[in-house]
Amino acid sequence: MAAVRTSSEIVLNRAAIVAVLIATLIFLAPIYWIASTAFKPKDLAVSVPPTVLFQPEVTPFVRLFTKRVQMQKTVDPQAYEAAPWWEKRIYDGGERVLKVGTDVQLSQYPDRFTNSLIVAIVSTVLAVGMGTFTAYGFSRFKIAGEADLLFFILSTRMLPPVVVAIPMFLMYRAVGLNDSHIGLIILYVAFNLSFSVWLMKGFMDEIPKEYEEAALVDGYTRMQAFFKIVLPEAATGIAATAVFCFITAWNEYAFALIMTNRRAQTAPPFIPSQIGSGLPDWTTIAAGTFLFLLPVAIFTFLLRNHLLRGVTFGAIRK
Amino acid sequence: MASVALTHLDPASRAAARGWSDLTIRNLFIIPTLVFLIVFNIFPLIYSLGYSFTNFAANRSEPWQFVGLQNYRELLSDDHIWSNFIITAKYVIVSVAGQMFVGFGLALLLNRSFPMKGLITTLLLLPMMMSAAVVGLFWQLLYSPSWGPINYVFGLGDFAWLSNPDSALYAVAITDIWMWSPFVMLLSLAGLSAVPQHLYEAAAIDRASWWYTFTRITLPLVSPILLIALIFRTMEAFKTFDIAYTMTTQPTAELIAIRLYKQAFQQWDTGKSCALAYIVLIMVLAITNLYVKYLNKVKER
Repeated sequence: MAAVRTSSEIVLNRAAIVAVLIATLIFLAPIYWIASTAFKPKDLAVSVPPTVLFQPEVTPFVRLFTKRVQMQKTVDPQAYEAAPWWEKRIYDGGERVLKVGTDVQLSQYPDRFTNSLIVAIVSTVLAVGMGTFTAYGFSRFKIAGEADLLFFILSTRMLPPVVVAIPMFLMYRAVGLNDSHIGLIILYVAFNLSFSVWLMKGFMDEIPKEYEEAALVDGYTRMQAFFKIVLPEAATGIAATAVFCFITAWNEYAFALIMTNRRAQTAPPFIPSQIGSGLPDWTTIAAGTFLFLLPVAIFTFLLRNHLLRGVTFGAIRK
Repeated sequence: MASVALTHLDPASRAAARGWSDLTIRNLFIIPTLVFLIVFNIFPLIYSLGYSFTNFAANRSEPWQFVGLQNYRELLSDDHIWSNFIITAKYVIVSVAGQMFVGFGLALLLNRSFPMKGLITTLLLLPMMMSAAVVGLFWQLLYSPSWGPINYVFGLGDFAWLSNPDSALYAVAITDIWMWSPFVMLLSLAGLSAVPQHLYEAAAIDRASWWYTFTRITLPLVSPILLIALIFRTMEAFKTFDIAYTMTTQPTAELIAIRLYKQAFQQWDTGKSCALAYIVLIMVLAITNLYVKYLNKVKER
């Protein structure tokens, strides 16, 4: 900023800040809409005009997690009284919760959510683990054709998922890995590994070589120096890389759509498939979407200082 | 004698004399990753290159035949495929242009100090961190013809954004602009904050107009990073599958990746879809090459 500012500059500055606030509201409006729909009574989700303010309720989440059927006749008052609060909300909607004996039958959502967690966590650990070692190798040792190798590694990241999925589908079918957690984990590791190598190499390059050299002089082996000096120094970088890999795996759709259909299906192909035909129950879909987006929103805040680095594969820091 | 020689070596080699050699460690650290990527990314591509010369269909058990270049010939003379490429080109141009415009505009507005700047920047970045398939899903709710908030706000009544053949592609592009403008904004902010302040001060002393300062100082200095954003978004938009596939089934919004998916997994025309995959792959790799070249250029600065 120039030291002396004219009054027109100050007005311009204020106008820009107002514009930023308006733009932020516009950008957040779709997120507010899906989040608020998750807490709306069913009839308000599709009301005309659209409802902005309302008494929030958690019934959509009860519907999200349970299997229900439409009731033919009204509920027996005694059963209604005996029911816990969440079951009453279902009765209020003219439905009843399906049970086996006294056990509530869960919908498919918790299963799909768990699949997403398993696949994202395991693939992240593997991709970041392998990526950290490889990044150290590229950062510290002379490698013939290093630039070409790094380009090769990055180019695997750029392959369109559907292109890779066709031969992988055939190969998985041949060895029985279709619709399995392991199959999906392998694909996600392959997809995230290149990213992890590039990002970790940026972090490794920032750790001064002198640290290890001092350790080597003190009698450490190279491996000891790596584990005791380099890894602790790289902890922040490893954490940031891990969160990025987790988000990518968590969000991935095309591979999951093609490779899984039941047992190992993750949330991204499952959530849109709930729309089905006829009038969809948007409150329940919104509840599922809300829970699915929540971890990503939290991680975005944790990662805020590393986002630039992450989206440019470590090329641009700051 | 040997111990005397060792004291003259550099620390790295002395360490090597104790534990594994640096060469061993290097190979141990790098080779597994390369092997993994070759087995799970390159080998499948070789496999599908083979199938692209056959009439193989994955849902039938009858033996396949070698057909030479017939798949490629048919694809390149198929009007349907060409129209998919044209739709994709339209989509890339509209959505990337929109993202560059909105993203760079937001960055210009944000490039000043004000309270809660960090929080607002992070909030603006939320859309690009979300799953494209799920974003596509909830934008269906926003675009709903009768009760959707978009039609209400703009007074469009029953306008069916996603099932109208003329608007479906652009509705998807608008969603993509919402999702990815923050990416351009993030890169632009980095470029803008790297412009040396004294240039602006010198321009102010010379009473240079805002436009002059913008075109002669800001744009030239930010353009390398804008170019990176442009190439990266072009590549990603070209590959778009998730968001368009979950949002609409309109043939006018059938991007090349969706065409490829349908041909491979709905029509089970495996041989031909492998050939189409290769055509798409070569185009993507050409853009990737360009991207990495410019990325390295910015990195060296």
